[in-house]
Amino acid sequence: MLPELGQILLATALLTALLQTVLPLFGAHRGKTAWMRVARPAALVQLLLVGAAFAVLTSAFLQQDFSVRYVAENSNTLLPMVYRWSAVWGAHEGSLLLWSLVLALWTAAVALASHRLPLPVQARVLAVMGLVSLGFLAFLMFTSNPFARLLPAPLEGRDLNPLLQDPGLIIHPPLLYIGYVGFVVPFAFAVAALLDGQLDARWVRWTRPWTNIAWGFLTLGIALGSWWAYYELGWGGWWFWDPVENASFLPWLAGAALLHSQAVTEKRGTFAGWTLLLAIAAFALSLLGTFLVRSGVLTSVHAFAADPSRGLFILAFLAVVVGGALLLYVLRAGQLGSHADDPRRGFTATSRETLLLLNNLLLASACAMVLLGTLYPLLADALGMGKLSVGPPYFGSLFLLLMAPLVLLLPFGPLVNWQRDQPSRVLAALAPWLLLALALGVLAWWRAPQNGWKVGLGVAGALWVAFGTVRFAWLRLRGNGRITAEMAGMLLGHAGVAVFLVGALLVEALNVQREVALAPGQSVSVGRHEVRFEGVDHREGANFVADRGHLRVFRDGRERALLHPEKRRYASGGQVMTEAGIDARLSGDVYVAMGEALGNNAWAVRVHVKPFMRWVWLGALLMALGGFVSAADRRFRTTTRRTTRSKQE
Amino acid sequence: MNPQRRRRLLWVLLALGASALATALVAVALQRNVAYLYTPSEVFAGEAGNADRFRLGGMVEAGSLQRESGSLVAWFTVTDGDATMRVRSDQILPDLFREGQAVVVTGRRQGREFIAEEVLARHDETYMPAELAEKMGKAHVKHDVPPAAGRVD
Repeated sequence: MLPELGQILLATALLTALLQTVLPLFGAHRGKTAWMRVARPAALVQLLLVGAAFAVLTSAFLQQDFSVRYVAENSNTLLPMVYRWSAVWGAHEGSLLLWSLVLALWTAAVALASHRLPLPVQARVLAVMGLVSLGFLAFLMFTSNPFARLLPAPLEGRDLNPLLQDPGLIIHPPLLYIGYVGFVVPFAFAVAALLDGQLDARWVRWTRPWTNIAWGFLTLGIALGSWWAYYELGWGGWWFWDPVENASFLPWLAGAALLHSQAVTEKRGTFAGWTLLLAIAAFALSLLGTFLVRSGVLTSVHAFAADPSRGLFILAFLAVVVGGALLLYVLRAGQLGSHADDPRRGFTATSRETLLLLNNLLLASACAMVLLGTLYPLLADALGMGKLSVGPPYFGSLFLLLMAPLVLLLPFGPLVNWQRDQPSRVLAALAPWLLLALALGVLAWWRAPQNGWKVGLGVAGALWVAFGTVRFAWLRLRGNGRITAEMAGMLLGHAGVAVFLVGALLVEALNVQREVALAPGQSVSVGRHEVRFEGVDHREGANFVADRGHLRVFRDGRERALLHPEKRRYASGGQVMTEAGIDARLSGDVYVAMGEALGNNAWAVRVHVKPFMRWVWLGALLMALGGFVSAADRRFRTTTRRTTRSKQE
Repeated sequence: MNPQRRRRLLWVLLALGASALATALVAVALQRNVAYLYTPSEVFAGEAGNADRFRLGGMVEAGSLQRESGSLVAWFTVTDGDATMRVRSDQILPDLFREGQAVVVTGRRQGREFIAEEVLARHDETYMPAELAEKMGKAHVKHDVPPAAGRVD
């Protein structure tokens, strides 16, 4: 009975979303207060309904109800309890339901937090979010029903993809979705402003914390995915420029640009049109990512099913939502927000506006570059140019080229004044630090065992960003001693960039990899490390059997760790999975993965030494934290209250 | 020309120059890093031309995997039903690599053999990559190769 209840809940949620879209939109258009007031309760009811549907599907997994097709395909009786919870979003249908749930959560949060905004703004924003929800619920109901029955019910289900049976993957999708879907808030506000025909700093100020939080979650989600790929795939890489990774990275880049341009629009009133466009782009890229991943046009672990009707549906939905928003933009943006007499407008080449403009230009170009590389194989195929793939060096080299000026300019950003500044003043403040960073870079280049110039550039770049950030903080503390939450968030984010640079560039430069055949007792030395293979034993897990290797790691002759990489064979499908053994330290990882047995007790073993590997994720963590901290700034709340109060008086 | 116009013109020229540079860079980077996918019969029909580096796709022929004892070097044969090509790999083969299943190998041709730089087997054990399935569609009809859906349970 329960699955049918789930369907009814979804259908009711669909109707509620329809109400939430149509009535408030017309109400706002016609000035009918009663119609506009439908939006908030509708948003809350929708959360209840979708949440209940999600609970129903979860309970079907917990009770192992194999009469539900989706449950039968993605779990079995051997599946450990914790993965029964996460299997709910382990494949296509459930992950879409999660998408809808996250959207309902964001919508309800906006409904609760927006009660101080003018009613038409509130109504329009919630209506736009309702429209998005409508699309996804319809998609769920008509092409990907998670509650479809499988009768007669099988006695045993298939299995959750063993790749996904991992603690990191339990929370990766929810975090990623909170980020992805969170960009719906600035999107809805942009569309509402365009519909309204007026844009003031009010909506920008109001949406800034939402953008920051969404971007922070997206950062966490991507970092977690990268961390998982690192230890689970057994290749020792942390970013592969895989189309699906790119699909999540595109909205991240657009979101990072949006964060900065929103700050300018809110504080200076400029870049308004660009900010609106970026808000639309960030969410459009989230939808595009969903389309790429879910439609099966890409083959990857994330592309669950290649059902053409699904791809077509998302594509049509994408066209309606994004096309509609862009059309609205073209029609309305010209009339918006350009107060030519605003004294805050206008800026010279040496101003913070210019630097933030460059920031946006570089991030947007990087985004376009990644988008092109990701879609190029699809385009080429459609044009009959053959089946091709774009190699990681395309992304790597161009990304580095675009990010290098960003890194160079970053420390200037916070130090330069709005509108105009003396270049000499800022240069005087930063020049010693630039020289120090360069000198240490040269030292690192000279000391590096390999890839000297890469190490030097990495060290110099990371230190330059770190010094610049510290310099700014120190100047503030010495000045009036006040650092607002917004500023602290910025500092954390920029410090995150510095830490990330250390990780990404030094791992790239200093990584050493060996693939060798080892018999018990033999060892392989990699730089200062020595790894001794001591043999393999058997281990039985809940739903797999594993060959577990014992490898002892020495550094300069001193023992550091005993690693246990595994080769697992899952009982259900016979699928083989590698679990890497990692000795993780802040100074670097020793990473061991087992290949196949070569006979005579010998095994193929892959050993990586990866200095500063942890810094990649530490940097991402700091960036995400920066987003959260700056969203907590009291100004975002108090000012809104003041503006609205003055409106009511 | 008044200063405002001159500034605007300067911006436009700057933007044009930047986008021209960007386009050129992207074009070069794409050209250098694109790898086309060919099946063995296409390779022998000369369709790969003299591409330096490409991807070879097909099924790993049953019983063809051989190892040089005690080392990582492995030889296997990739087939599309019409032609076969020997592949040499000196790396650890991926978890999902199996005889009788689909594989895509990136590397270089050396005479009638193919030297692998990267061997990819699918993440999912039941499906063949869509692009490969499409390429091999015809071969399946004629020969005893698992059908286009790629099911090899």
